[in-house]
Amino acid sequence: MTMHEITVLGRGGQGAVTSAYVLAKAAFHDGKESQAFPFFGVERRGAPVFSFCRISDEQIKLRQQVYHADYLLVLDAALLDNVDVISRVKEGGTVIVNSTHAPDKLKSAKGINIHHVDATNIALKIIGKPFVNVIMLGAFASISGLVSLNGLKKAIDEMFASKPEVAKLNKKATETIYKSMKN
Amino acid sequence: MPKTKDLPGGIIIDVGSTARNKTGSWRTFRPVVDLEKCTGCGICEKFCPEGCITIKKVKGYDKPKCTIDYDYCKGCLICMEECPFKAISSVVESK
Amino acid sequence: MAREVMEGSQAVARIVANCDVKVIAAYPITPQTHIVQELAKMHADGLIDCEFVNVEAEFSAISAILGATAAGARSFTATSSQGLALMHEVVFAAAGMRLPLVMVIANRALSAPINIWNDHQDSIAERDSGWIQIYCESVQEVVDSVVQAYKIAENKNVLLPVMVCMDGFYLTHVYEPVEIPPKSKVHKFLGKFNYPYKLDPKKPLTMGPLGFPADYARLRKQLAEAVWNSKKVIKEVHDIYAKQFGRVYGDGLLEVYGDGSIALVAMGSVCGTIKDMIDKDELKDVCLVRIRTFRPFPKDEIVEVLKDRDAVVVLDRNISLGNAGAVYLEVRDALYDEKDKPKVVDFVVGLGGVDVNKATLNYVVEKARTVKSGHVEIVDGSEVSSSY
Repeated sequence: MTMHEITVLGRGGQGAVTSAYVLAKAAFHDGKESQAFPFFGVERRGAPVFSFCRISDEQIKLRQQVYHADYLLVLDAALLDNVDVISRVKEGGTVIVNSTHAPDKLKSAKGINIHHVDATNIALKIIGKPFVNVIMLGAFASISGLVSLNGLKKAIDEMFASKPEVAKLNKKATETIYKSMKN
Repeated sequence: MPKTKDLPGGIIIDVGSTARNKTGSWRTFRPVVDLEKCTGCGICEKFCPEGCITIKKVKGYDKPKCTIDYDYCKGCLICMEECPFKAISSVVESK
Repeated sequence: MAREVMEGSQAVARIVANCDVKVIAAYPITPQTHIVQELAKMHADGLIDCEFVNVEAEFSAISAILGATAAGARSFTATSSQGLALMHEVVFAAAGMRLPLVMVIANRALSAPINIWNDHQDSIAERDSGWIQIYCESVQEVVDSVVQAYKIAENKNVLLPVMVCMDGFYLTHVYEPVEIPPKSKVHKFLGKFNYPYKLDPKKPLTMGPLGFPADYARLRKQLAEAVWNSKKVIKEVHDIYAKQFGRVYGDGLLEVYGDGSIALVAMGSVCGTIKDMIDKDELKDVCLVRIRTFRPFPKDEIVEVLKDRDAVVVLDRNISLGNAGAVYLEVRDALYDEKDKPKVVDFVVGLGGVDVNKATLNYVVEKARTVKSGHVEIVDGSEVSSSY
């Protein structure tokens, strides 16, 4: 049985929780079992916020929080200054950071794969606003292969059913990131 | 409450037990209406806590007057207290 | 029927909408809020044909649905923690009046200190009220239990209110695949709500009369027997539901998972984590005995599955202050008459949202091997590494 655990780190208000929810929906559309939940805390705008997702081939019974993730998505690179991201990733795990460059903070991390993607600029270009929570999943899909681009698109449509324009732009930006990472 | 077979939660479908309990026997003082003074204004009817007073047609008078249901009147005399025309007085009940 | 990934709270709202509910009255409180929010939204969108009573507090919420049920309308409310505590007076009245209400509890700790996170203290504090209590492991079980709850509550031999308990956040805020049984099938399963003694001006009756000592004692005895006897109906409803909808939760009262000689007795979502560990052989020689209905307490059934074990380790997400965890006290009592009774120990875990993770469960099981029967311990989380 293979189960993968994903942690999303963002700032309160940035949509880290929505991000995990979209991922769970996407994985389910791909025929997998999934589970997503927020860190059970009191959210404050701007404070670090964690959310979690599990993806598995079999029914997920486990209900503890995710302590060491296989993949950790950082929606805001500045959070690396006050959150010890490395302690939350498994050995051999992967960190994907929304950043213009490889973050210095993670340079010393051993046994962990570090990726970065300039999601903010892609979001600004395509969506017109710095909404990176959903489109970062494009990078995750591309690097991990755990969800398909089609699954993500379906999940985005579902999540933003009442806002088709938001869904459309998010899908476009997600695809852009997905393809840029593939190259 | 019926003792033989309780309904769930003690629900009573054999309603009306209050009517069987003639509280008029509790009375020490009996309110008496002076029909000459009574104008049928209905203030006593509103104040009666037991709903024992009705303003209705009585024999020998054209206007409706205060009538008291002595089967249930407990003799609290609130009617006497409230009557603006001093049409109600009280006598000690003879038992 | 297709499964869909949705939030636990949304799943509750969706199934309530399919239960032909006529009156909803609820007041939002974390972590139950999303249930009320979703129901209010569905009502505003015309997706539920019912009265939605906006109340100013939980006391009014349960009072409104008590009245609605008495008038013969299938009703629903949901609450948490302080909200349930505020309902306390009416909670007892509802059971005493034998009104088949259904209420979802998003389990949360009670003050003080104020805390919004999960434990079972709120509903455990209502265990003596005469309500049936079902504790669920997954969102799917909550959905299925809400349907079963109406069927059980409205059974003419039961006529008792039912609490469906779901762990706050763990189940209310999780997104996972869940199947919502369709309206037509649920309606067919439940039938029309036909409360035999409903309030009707054409057929006057008295509800909740004064009970003089002898009347009171006789009616409380009647109530006590009704709660005991509901076990049979809970099992029957579970079985019929399982046949029609294809999902089984033990025998409806208890579920045994694995066959180790050490029995971990637990309720709620933590049972999923225990099952995961048993599947992966991470807990040596351990089986899970999950109590699904805490009220009525499945005493005979639990003795049957526990009497031949080497040790019984109870996980309590509550504590009866001044004694021990409530589940432990009842499990221990149930085993009293057994000849070679196993060691029974209690671990109070997960109070106020402390995550009951694999490290905690390992700690508990290992500690249980070394301590004497009667050991009671409150695990506050400092015993295990927080970064398991």
